[in-house]
Amino acid sequence: MKDPLLPQGVEIQSWQQESELVFTFQVEPPEGYGTFRAGQFNMLYLPGIGESAISISGDPADRNHLTHTVRAVGTVTRALRGLRPPARIGLRGPFGRGWPLAAAEGRELLLMAGGIGLAPLRPVLFQALAAPERYRRVTLLLGARSPEELLYAEQLLRWKSDAGLQLLATVDAASAEWRGDVGVITDLVQRAGINPQQTVAMVCGPEIMLRFSARRLRELGVASDAIHVSLERHMQCATGFCGHCQLGPYFLCKDGPVFAYPDVEHYLMTQEF
Amino acid sequence: MRTVGDELRAHPFFTGLSEDCMQLIAGCGEHVVFRSGATIATEGSAANEFYVIERGRVALRLHTSAAGAILIQTLDAGDILGWSWLFPPFRWSIEAIAMQDVHAIRLDGKCLRHKCDTDPVMGYALMQRFSYIMSQRVEATRLQVLDLYGSANGP
Repeated sequence: MKDPLLPQGVEIQSWQQESELVFTFQVEPPEGYGTFRAGQFNMLYLPGIGESAISISGDPADRNHLTHTVRAVGTVTRALRGLRPPARIGLRGPFGRGWPLAAAEGRELLLMAGGIGLAPLRPVLFQALAAPERYRRVTLLLGARSPEELLYAEQLLRWKSDAGLQLLATVDAASAEWRGDVGVITDLVQRAGINPQQTVAMVCGPEIMLRFSARRLRELGVASDAIHVSLERHMQCATGFCGHCQLGPYFLCKDGPVFAYPDVEHYLMTQEF
Repeated sequence: MRTVGDELRAHPFFTGLSEDCMQLIAGCGEHVVFRSGATIATEGSAANEFYVIERGRVALRLHTSAAGAILIQTLDAGDILGWSWLFPPFRWSIEAIAMQDVHAIRLDGKCLRHKCDTDPVMGYALMQRFSYIMSQRVEATRLQVLDLYGSANGP
């Protein structure tokens, strides 16, 4: 990375609609970008509009593209939705601490993703399924609002049939024609048939989902320090200077966004934090 | 061939119940099969049974005038279907449809209610277990109602 506070111009190479509000696009990596770790994020900048922290959702081994999956719910993300190749945006990164994949080697890797929370976990799937011999099993539990909002469905089904991914998905509600699961993601944990003592869990989604998921995992016997979560706060400088993303003693941009659950549990249970 | 009693004893829901209780409960049970698409229960009908699902998937549905049948939960192998048999007026509060061929153990609620009335220890033990399931469903419903993944705020 060059100056971490200075965005570099990059060109949008491809753009794809995922659901009504969610889209995925790829940009060329800027000069000197190097590699990123699963779970890290970039700051994406639109001149005159603003800047936003966006997780990297692509394959860490792909040196030619940086992929971002975005939910258009704010000023910057709505403006991003209107762009198409070869539009240019500003980018700086990668920032933050990623998922501790090494800690899962030789063990069962359990990913729990809610909604857009799958985006920062997809790089983990790329890496883990490229070297499945390193893990006893790779399981993805996926929750979404509706069947139409399940992300990367085709790719996940391919990974399930060709790469040994154990995939369980559920939605909050569905029409009578839906043949899949309806319910909450925490109900899937029991069905996954995990060996709790052997499991390393990585969880990403709304904070309430993180709390309930961690609770269910612990009820089943997964060790607290084997549960990792990715948190979201308003990030501005992304380098730990400005304090916008402070959570207790942590700056999410620098010390996170991925944390061992026991490190942040207290703050997630405290109002106003 | 495994008997109803064998199947129930191996199910976590019944773990911890005495052998006497298990014999009483198993005496109220029978294996049943619902073909895919079959109606297991209709909203408002008499609830004189509950089911231990052994295989297959069950859809719990509510009908609305605006959107027709809404699928609000699915139950799979190992899940318990039905608690309305425990409480007056003993009517199903939801529709249950087999989404696949469903193999289950049907437990006669009338028979069990009578046994629970005459054996409060067993009644309390069953009530505890159903209360736990209901608390789990309430928690799940809270999460669904919160519309966690639908937040309209963000950067």
